[in-house]
Amino acid sequence: MATFDLELVSPEKLLLSRPVEMAIIPAAEGEMGVLPGMAPMIVALKGGVIRVQENGAITEKLFVMGGFAEITPTRVTVLADEATPVAQLSRAKAAERVREAEAAYSGTAAATPEERELTMDRLLAAREMEAAAEAA
Amino acid sequence: MANLKELRGRINSVKSTRKITQAMKMVAAAKLRRAQQQAEAARPFAERMARMLASLGQAVAGNPDAPTLLVGTGRDQTHLLIVVSGERGLAGAFNTNVGRYARTRIRELEAQGKTVKVLAVGRKAAAYLKREFASRFVGEISFQGKKQVGFAEAQEIALRVTGMLEAGEFDVCTLIFNHFRNVISQIPTAQQLIPAQLPEVEATAANGAQGDAAAWYEYEPDEATILAQILPKNLAIQIYRAILDSAAGFYGSQMNAMDNATRNAGEMINKLTLKYNRTRQANITSELIEIISGAEAL
Repeated sequence: MATFDLELVSPEKLLLSRPVEMAIIPAAEGEMGVLPGMAPMIVALKGGVIRVQENGAITEKLFVMGGFAEITPTRVTVLADEATPVAQLSRAKAAERVREAEAAYSGTAAATPEERELTMDRLLAAREMEAAAEAA
Repeated sequence: MANLKELRGRINSVKSTRKITQAMKMVAAAKLRRAQQQAEAARPFAERMARMLASLGQAVAGNPDAPTLLVGTGRDQTHLLIVVSGERGLAGAFNTNVGRYARTRIRELEAQGKTVKVLAVGRKAAAYLKREFASRFVGEISFQGKKQVGFAEAQEIALRVTGMLEAGEFDVCTLIFNHFRNVISQIPTAQQLIPAQLPEVEATAANGAQGDAAAWYEYEPDEATILAQILPKNLAIQIYRAILDSAAGFYGSQMNAMDNATRNAGEMINKLTLKYNRTRQANITSELIEIISGAEAL
């Protein structure tokens, strides 16, 4: 099956760089599956799990905490703010994140709508993280 | 002439100094390797970010509502300088160099009638610049006691800077740090952060393979939203890179300084040992003369 190059980078390191058949990425407006030959796009990501498919099976799952993806017909580059393989997620840490995000959100009652949206995004990302940790 | 006991004491003290500088040099070498690795690891992200930003920049070029982070406030009156230095001393001229560079820069800007604000990252430059420019300080950030500076710290600084920009506290933001060229040379460098300088030339080269693909991206949700999210991140990554660059430079410089100190201590020990032996010999000779002349007198 045809493949494309998937690169996953976080500010601290290059996590993944190899040809894959399909990647499912958590775009801000809904999950999208990327296959080779896709039209060039730049998408924002929300917190969620990136699934990588090779040889007809999902081989790798990585949790990203928001970021961007650049898609071209032959290459996909994901710039993640933070990325962790799902197997390494800790439920306790995720739960703590959720608590922090909840506290931050409830503290923004008087803030601007943009700020509230930002903390809301963070809260949702943290909840995704908890869900992913539980599933693992 | 110094007496023998005193000389012995000095030799011993220089010897233990040499042991310390030698150990520090080795520690610096190990830390340098780690800092370089960390800087290396941050590169792919920054490169891809630059590529994405370049194509985004093209897409919004000429847009009058482009975000201030990209185009600035349109004025050039208040300058914010972020000065990155080391946390500790004993690294040769490392901290002084960046401090002096910043000082020249501040004086130049003030001579042109601009207002200057300083945000110091790292304890040393803060101490150096405070003597003269304390009234320009808007903040100090120190990573003292932290083993490794992560992206989160850089993001915090970026957040603070964007907050200041939104509050209209400055127009132009420049980052000053020691660029790590190699172990023996670190160059104080100024990099303008706001208005952002888009890496256009690089972008066309990187996208060469796909022709003009950059202009044909589709954006989801849309250019403006993505740009509004990516610019603060770009700011953070630039600051992060500068901090890592500076950290690598710091250890390089410290390694060098400690190497020199070790060598100097070695020379000192040789000199002192020679003096010690000479003095000892002189004492023996004078004792012998005393004995012989005493025997002759009999």
